[in-house]
Amino acid sequence: MHMADALISPLVGGTMWVATAGVAAYSIKKIQNEMDEKKIPLMGVMGAFIFASQMINFSIPGTGSSGHLGGGLILAILLGPYAGFLTIASVLTIQALFFADGGLLALGSNVFNLGFFPCFIAYPLIYKMLMRKGYSTKRIFGAAMLTAIIGLQMGAFGVVLETFFSGKTELPFGTFVLLMQPIHLAIGVVEGLVTTAIVTYIWKSRPEILEKAATGEAIGNISIKKVVTGLVAVAVLTGVVLSWFASSNPDGLEWSMFKTAGKEELKAEDGIHQSLSEIQNKTAFLPGYAFRAPETETEQGAGESEEAWPAVSGGTSTSGLVGGGMTLVLAGLVGSGISLAKRRKNRT
Amino acid sequence: MSNIMNSLYNMRILDDLARKETAIHKIHPLVKLLTTVSYLTVVVSFGKYDIGGLLPLLIYPSMVFALAELPVKPIFMRILLVSPFMIGIGILNPFFDHQIYLLGGKEISRGWITFLSILIKSGLTVTAALLLIATTGMDRLAGALRMLKIPRVFVLQLLLTYRYISVLMEEVARTLRAYSLRAPEQKGVHRSAWGSLAGQLILRTFDRAQRIYEAMCLRGFTGEYHTGGFKEIRVWELAYLAGWVLFFAAARIYNIPMVIGSLITGVIR
Repeated sequence: MHMADALISPLVGGTMWVATAGVAAYSIKKIQNEMDEKKIPLMGVMGAFIFASQMINFSIPGTGSSGHLGGGLILAILLGPYAGFLTIASVLTIQALFFADGGLLALGSNVFNLGFFPCFIAYPLIYKMLMRKGYSTKRIFGAAMLTAIIGLQMGAFGVVLETFFSGKTELPFGTFVLLMQPIHLAIGVVEGLVTTAIVTYIWKSRPEILEKAATGEAIGNISIKKVVTGLVAVAVLTGVVLSWFASSNPDGLEWSMFKTAGKEELKAEDGIHQSLSEIQNKTAFLPGYAFRAPETETEQGAGESEEAWPAVSGGTSTSGLVGGGMTLVLAGLVGSGISLAKRRKNRT
Repeated sequence: MSNIMNSLYNMRILDDLARKETAIHKIHPLVKLLTTVSYLTVVVSFGKYDIGGLLPLLIYPSMVFALAELPVKPIFMRILLVSPFMIGIGILNPFFDHQIYLLGGKEISRGWITFLSILIKSGLTVTAALLLIATTGMDRLAGALRMLKIPRVFVLQLLLTYRYISVLMEEVARTLRAYSLRAPEQKGVHRSAWGSLAGQLILRTFDRAQRIYEAMCLRGFTGEYHTGGFKEIRVWELAYLAGWVLFFAAARIYNIPMVIGSLITGVIR
């Protein structure tokens, strides 16, 4: 469920980047306060393990298919939520850079969906709670299953929301939810089963690892409230700031408002809203915005076209095709020209 | 099994490419990082129907490929393998958007345009990210992150993860080979071995981390991470960044193919 850059808008990508950076900064502060520096290599190598473990196919009995280990949950259990979150963040960074698995702009969203939900919501609120009375085979099973399923459901819903607000796909919200949630329910069950098996094994052979992870962190007083409040504040702020620069096309959020409220902006005649929007109009360096090419602002199709639609008239469309072709040729020529010149230079 | 080796091989290709010494490779890593980020932002900021405007942005990867003397094939293969998730979502667009669009006298559904736009965008963004790593390498990129004041703990941890991926992948590959020799004709790891196989690997990983930590201590590790420092960003490197950013902005503001096209068709008429 790694999101790609092509499906995300700069506004959503930027907002999620800021939210993720906030959680990461908080986690770093936390582990620096209480950490022995021993944990740095452990985090590094565990990150590499998560990477390598994606190659293990756990065959699912009776189905003929196989599942993988997700990462976020097992890292939270073995390293604690803060170190676990940072480790999953570095795993996702490397996946984005080397394997094009999830984009760089979408990295914030991916870390949030796959790291924040399992480490900071599902782990402390479900796993820790259920494990309060100590480890036992049954409790591990119940806790791991529930945590994996709920963590993944939240992550999947995060993907849906982020994609939806980015407005790049035509998929209706409801259809997308119905596609994503059941798939991730199945994935969550598998992840829960695998996590149960691993945690049970480690608990039986080296219980001190789990105890250390549980006691080494001040999880009892993890200030989830602080994290969430801070996050919401930061996300809202960035959302507002970034939307000054965003496109005026009613896509994503505005579009959904258009659909639900029948108008793109809910008008508030007086008070703070108006003064804010005045400031916004003055400060936005591209008022009415979008770095939109004027020549594409032609036809507004019968009141339902969500976006300025590139000119439809035959003439312009031919110019567009010709120009597009020329641009492609040009791009190709630039590259091959340089290569050729370089080769010639090397020969002489 | 083969896919483990493939991943390892792919990582090493990018590592090797990053060791070249072309003009692009010599550019300050921070400059390349910022150029890439602005490129990505501009690419994804295009509206979902705006395909023509995206085309001039092909010039950036095309030039970097050429200047950095990178082989096209291995990177291209990677782009073809882009997440099926995204294609899966994009391919649904034609089913949900039936508005008709006229292109060169032919009628096509608008859904296909948005699908094409997603495909082009994903091609461009994936290429840009791969080009960044293929011309910079992980170590130098980590240095750039430090210059951006990303905390030491995170950067060190990122580098360690990167460094140990190949070690652990080989370990997993050996383990799986041993398992498959003892459980022939079996797809994947049987349920009875889930805990012991993966759990054993985790325990070994913990022990390995302990050994690594001791080795680091013996070499004077005190929680600090020394990158060795970077040269200052030079003027021509700033010019490189500024030049690209200006070009991206121009491509975003003006529909360049449309301008070229009207010029040509105008001349013909």
